[in-house]
Order: sequence, then C-alpha cells, then structure tokens
Amino acid sequence: MNDKGKIWKFGDDIDTDQILPSQYLVLPSVIEMSEHAMEPLMPDFSERYSAGDIIAAGKNFGCGSSREQAPAVLKEMGVRIIIAESFARIFFRNAINLGILLIELNNTEKISTGDTVNVTDSEVMNLTTQKTYDFIPLTDFLKNIVAKGGLVNYLRERV
Amino acid sequence: MTLTEQIIAKHAGKRKVIPGEIVDVDVDCLMINDATITHTIDIFKDRFNFKNVWDSEKIILINDHQVPADSVNTAEVHQKARKFALEQGIKLYENEGVCHQVMLESHVKPGDLVIGADSHTCSYGCIGAVSTGMGSTDVAAIMGSGKTWLKVPETIHIILKGKPKNGVYAKDIILHIIGELTASGASYRTMEFSGETVRGMTISERFTLCNMVIEAGGKSAMIIPDERVTEMFGDHHLYQGFFLPAENTGYAKTMECDVSNLNPKIACPHSVDNIKDVKDVEGIKIDQAFLGACTNGRIDDLRIAAKILKNRKVYPGVRMLVTPASVKEYTKALKEGIIDIFIKAGATVNHPGCSTCWGACQGVLGRGQKMISSANRNFKGRTGSPESEIYLASPATVAASAIRGRITGGLK
Repeated sequence: MNDKGKIWKFGDDIDTDQILPSQYLVLPSVIEMSEHAMEPLMPDFSERYSAGDIIAAGKNFGCGSSREQAPAVLKEMGVRIIIAESFARIFFRNAINLGILLIELNNTEKISTGDTVNVTDSEVMNLTTQKTYDFIPLTDFLKNIVAKGGLVNYLRERV
Repeated sequence: MTLTEQIIAKHAGKRKVIPGEIVDVDVDCLMINDATITHTIDIFKDRFNFKNVWDSEKIILINDHQVPADSVNTAEVHQKARKFALEQGIKLYENEGVCHQVMLESHVKPGDLVIGADSHTCSYGCIGAVSTGMGSTDVAAIMGSGKTWLKVPETIHIILKGKPKNGVYAKDIILHIIGELTASGASYRTMEFSGETVRGMTISERFTLCNMVIEAGGKSAMIIPDERVTEMFGDHHLYQGFFLPAENTGYAKTMECDVSNLNPKIACPHSVDNIKDVKDVEGIKIDQAFLGACTNGRIDDLRIAAKILKNRKVYPGVRMLVTPASVKEYTKALKEGIIDIFIKAGATVNHPGCSTCWGACQGVLGRGQKMISSANRNFKGRTGSPESEIYLASPATVAASAIRGRITGGLK
C-alpha cells in the first residue's frame, strides 16, 4: 500500500472523552456526533480536518471508555489511518472493527502537525523531514479484518 | 495456568491456552447500557442484518448512564432500548443503578466469562469472573452469535501486604497502584490482586480495586474467590472444574505493595495516574463533591461518608451530590438512616445511576469549577466543561472536603 496524508498530531493518553465527549453520544447519528470530534482539545477540529488526513499521537491513544463512536466519528470524517506509539485496548479493537488501519510506531515524536507522510505496509516516510521509520505491521488476523473494511464484512464472508 | 487463563480456556473449549494466543470463546453473559445501545442496535440490525439475538436470557440491557432522561435525545435512546428489549424478549433494567453494580447483584457468577459494552466491565474480577469491555461492533456480533475472539492476556500479579492506616481505603490503594503503573502500564493485561490485604477486604472493596484496572489500561481483573465469595454464591460456584493456582503461576510481572505505609491518595487533573498524597494538595477550593459511581457508591462507602458528615454541614456554596450505586444499596442506606444524615448535612441525594461520573446529567461542571469525586475518571471535560477540574479520592476524602470546602484529608 501507499497512502499519503497530512498529519494532525496529538499527545499521550488521548482519552475517548477528548475524541468524543460523552454528552454528544445521545445525538441521533454519527454524522452529527462527528462535528464534536476532538472538541475539548481543538474546538474547530472537525472544520479544519480534511478527509484522508492522518492522525498521529503518543502513547495510549483512545484510553478510557468503550464507546465505539470515538473511532466511528473519526472514520466518518475520513480518517483511514491512525499512527500512535501505542493504543488503548478497547479503542484498538473498535478501530480495527471499523476498518481503520492502526500503526504502532516508536518515533511519533518525530512527526508534527502539518507534516505530510507516506505510509506503506511497513514504513512511515515523513516527506516533510525526509526521514523514514519502520513499524511492525498488524498480525495477519487483524490486517484481514481491516482489509475487508471491518468486522462486519469479515464475519459475513467467514459464514 | 492462572485462573483467568483457565476460565478463558474453558470458554474456548481448550485444555490449555497461553498468553498472546487468540482464541474464539463462548460468552456467558453480555451487558449493554444506554451510553451505546442505539449505535449497537443499528449495527446489529442494519450492518450485520441479524434478526434475533443468540440467547435472550444471556443478554442484559441497562439504562443507567443518563437516567431519568434529561433531554428529548436521551428519551429517544431509552425508548429504542425499551423497544428492542421487548421485541427480543431481553431483560431491561431501568433506573435500578449503575450497570456493573446491577450485574454483580443479579447476573455474574464466579468462573463466568462476561462481556460488557462498557470499559468498567473489568469490575467482575472481584468475584472471580473474567470480564472485559468492548465496543458496539464486537458487542453486536456477540449479540447475534454468542461468540467473540480474545487475545489471552498476560497477568500482572499484585500482592498487597499489610494493614492500611486509619483513613486509607481500597480506593487509596488502587489509586497508588495506578500511579505506579501509569495510565498504560497494564495495557492488554490482566491485573490479579492477592495477599493478606485483599483477603481482608469485603467484596465491595475488591470491586473498587477491580473497577479501576482499566485506568491503567488493564483488560480485566482477577481476585481468586475465597470464603467471602462463597458467602455470596455458595460453594457450588467455586468448583466448576477450575483449580486454584498456586502463587507465581505464569505471571508476566509481580508487584508487591506494603499498604501499611500508604497515605490517603488523590488523582489530580486530568489523568488518573496523576497521583499525589491528599496532604500535598490540601487547601484547593472545591465547588462540588460527588459521592457515588460503580467505584464507590455502595453501602460501605455511604457509611464511611455518613460517619464524617454526621452532625456537620456541607461548606456554604459547595454542592455535595450523593448517588447510591443501585436501588438495593440506596434502600440499605435509607434503612440505616444514612440518607437522612446526608440530607441534614445539606447534600443532594440523586437517583441511582452513573450520574455525575458519566458527566452528562445530575450535576455537570461549568468553566473553572473544581470537583472532588469518588468516581473513576478525571479526564479533561469528563463532567462538563473542558475548563473544569476533577480530583478523584476515597469517600472519606470526598466527605471531609465537602465539609471544609477545600481538599481535606483525615477528618474523622
């Protein structure tokens, strides 16, 4: 694969209350919820973000609640890839289940908001700094779920 | 194998499992609450095209996060849950209390494998069940099939020794451990608690420990059942073919903690691993004090706070909110005259549910406001404005701080 995108960079321990605050979970649709993505950290994030931009963060991205609406609003906005030093467990499953590619990369401090990166199967190339970083790809089991576009399609094809 | 591994193996139909292995498991019970129910129903019906749930007896719906409905949108969420429960013949609890408390009271047994659409599902380790939280797509898949996949977690073994000082509770101990491990220190792992301190704890105190393992990133919690669990469930449930593993059985890491040295702890904004001694932050003015949540809203928590609040008043201008964890716990408190003490002290007693901890109803915070809370999360904006602050502590510290209007420890 080759997927190029502009980076939005966040810090460590970005919890699900930052990604989507609880008071918006009663809104009738993910589309409406997505207007509030990352609101506590960046109130105008949903306006500034363009589909295909890549989210990058430090350790433990998506910690906190089990709300799948957190990765769902990101997907709704057009997030296909999230790069982080590590992910919290429930967020990890939820994002994979929605077909979002997750990349665990040790060097996310070398990636900043506004950088453009190119992602391949095992490398992230920061085109802005001209540095390349290797990562260990997802296991085949998880890669398969992402490739099918998420758990729903994966299970449908398995039955 | 650890008890967690044995329980997973049994539910995977295997004799042995090893940490890191991915297995398909049968789920004993599935819990879903109003925070995510509509999203889950939509995925169940419109994306998976399931018509019927796999077993209506094994699925529990609980309206607890935003009850009673505080807006038209919330009312629609609850209505959708009611309609689905009726159509599928599923048990629905409404306004009976926080889902995890209700599950412990009525549905979870030692040795069970339980999945919940809520991150604090890890609480059920307190009676020897393997339980973890998942999101809507996983939960919808289980709703239709009764199965899911699990990666067998490694275990962090935490041995608690010594008798806590007066005024130090299970909450202080788990806050200390999260501070040591950090917010991601137990990621993907089980936290198993043992040792003389744990043996001396009530199920409610063990619940407090297990409830918060997710705040260190933990997948599940485990306390090997003993006579306290037998008192609740009878011997029968302890002998489902599990052997009780000797200590040092296949743990990835072992931590020992002498709790006799610990002082009351507090998690400062905006991260649960930002732990300090209460005495080091004493004097910070508070606007609100919250006593409740699945972490610390049970009768023993209410008793501890009531003992401190008896014949005292909440500080002028401070709002103290009390939300018992369930109707059962609320009823006990009413009978013991504890609710009366709270009301005389000037506290507001809210109806059982997630309440202020969920942060969308029953007492949200405005800009610049500070709250001390017995709940489990203090994320930025968790209870309203992103410019508010939440401090997490034991019911004793919450009650003392409510009286003084400032963060205070050690009031008896």
